Amino acid sequence: MDGFISLLGDYAVVEAFWTNIRLAFFSCIAAFILGFVLALFRISPVPSLQWVGTAYVNTVRNTPLTVIMVMGTLVIWGQLNVTFSSDFETNFFILAVWGLSLYHAPFFCEAIRSGVNTVPVGQAEAARSIGLSFLPAARLVVFPQALRGAVTPIGNTVISLTKNTTVAAAASVTDISAVMQSMIELNPNLMIYIFLTVAFGFCLIVIPIGLLTTWLSNRLAVDR
Amino acid sequence: MSSGSVLFDAPGPKARRRIFITNMIAVILLAAIVALVLWQLGNQGQLAPHRWWNAVNGTAWQHYLVPGLIFTLQSALIALVTSLLFGLIFGFIRLMPFVPLRALATVVVEFFRAVPVLVLMVFFYSFFSLVVAPTGAMDARDAPYFSVITALTLYNGAVIAELVRSGVRSLGKGQREAALTIGMTRGQSLRLVEIPQALVVMLPALMSQFVIILKDSALGYIIGFAELLRYSRQLGAGYGNIMQSIVIAAIIFIMLNFVLTWLTQILSRRLSSRTSGDTTVENPGMAKQTLKDPSRSSRIREDIGIAEDKP
Repeated sequence: MDGFISLLGDYAVVEAFWTNIRLAFFSCIAAFILGFVLALFRISPVPSLQWVGTAYVNTVRNTPLTVIMVMGTLVIWGQLNVTFSSDFETNFFILAVWGLSLYHAPFFCEAIRSGVNTVPVGQAEAARSIGLSFLPAARLVVFPQALRGAVTPIGNTVISLTKNTTVAAAASVTDISAVMQSMIELNPNLMIYIFLTVAFGFCLIVIPIGLLTTWLSNRLAVDR
Repeated sequence: MSSGSVLFDAPGPKARRRIFITNMIAVILLAAIVALVLWQLGNQGQLAPHRWWNAVNGTAWQHYLVPGLIFTLQSALIALVTSLLFGLIFGFIRLMPFVPLRALATVVVEFFRAVPVLVLMVFFYSFFSLVVAPTGAMDARDAPYFSVITALTLYNGAVIAELVRSGVRSLGKGQREAALTIGMTRGQSLRLVEIPQALVVMLPALMSQFVIILKDSALGYIIGFAELLRYSRQLGAGYGNIMQSIVIAAIIFIMLNFVLTWLTQILSRRLSSRTSGDTTVENPGMAKQTLKDPSRSSRIREDIGIAEDKP
């Protein structure tokens, strides 16, 4: 056990977790924006935009995240020489954020769309009949209810995104799973402790998000 | 409302013209983006026919894609069966009235749902290769294979345990009450009456879980499991067409999952006439699209937080 305490000092466990949290934070924002745009595309009455939204969602959600990450490093960076930063580490970090965002955007898109679907048609009809035009009706009546209805699926997507930040290890980011791998390699006798520390860390991050989601969705539930 | 969308009223002549113009602009923009990407790829020599041909010719299939695909499918199928067993056992325990055991099962299920699959894989890989293999119980070269299956089993088993629980809950308490009335114990009622019905209800959800398992098996790449992605990378390294071979691997994954999702939807329509439970299923890991009806089924899904996805 003493060896384990000193091991925690040798490795940047907290920093590695911080990398995962930063990855999750930036990817969540980017994926949500992209997912929102995709949802607008899919809801819009414009056929070509609908097609783009549906095609993107169906393609990306069927691709393994690992494939996307590997494509980012080996193809986008390695073959096509696209760089986001002169700093090696920052470059891979940004690549991983892009990979995570592109992969999770369809999940956010579907979450938002399912929220929009919970709004009864009568709400939009009532909004129009009191004279609201398209934008005010969307902004004041439909979207506030839609986002409330989408709280649970959005929360679930945030949780899985947070867990999926570990896949950034495939894009050469020294995240917690990469640190864990090298820790175990050099200290195999402490394997169990190392695993439980990392696992417990994730429980500490993921379970509060789950509780917050449940609390929010109950609190914000639209009474119908 | 002919369009079926809450936001948009049925378009009149003016709106129709506006939709037409937006559509044209979007098509032109889209074509421009595609052309730009292709032009850039062409400039870098990535569109050279031999590069693509080397990724899909007989040699590529025979020595790289088929062997990789076999390992991917094999590990995913085995993991599906074992996680189903795990899920049935833990789902059963979570429904039993014995509180300490139930609490233990809850902790186990919640733990494996919270820990990322990759972390589980890395741990079991080290465990199998450093602890089990030296005892001679396992060949060290098989460690990645078994760790992929174990990690997938634990995570997806925990998800399936929740599916079992929610499936049984969706039946309504009348089934259990009837079973208890004719003299069955709680265990018998679960085993003989409730879980068999819940399984029919669950079948489509189970199939969509298979898509998630299939996608997750690609995580094995990171710990050195020779699955489709790793074989494709080797193919690309050998023939200097890394982009093309990884794109082919991605297309294979996409088509497999697409077919599976499609079958799931057919199955869920078929089964809906055979059970009183709710067989509708969302796309794998996706929020369910219930149209204007936040009914019983969608609340059950939200209740257990099924919109869980993995890479």
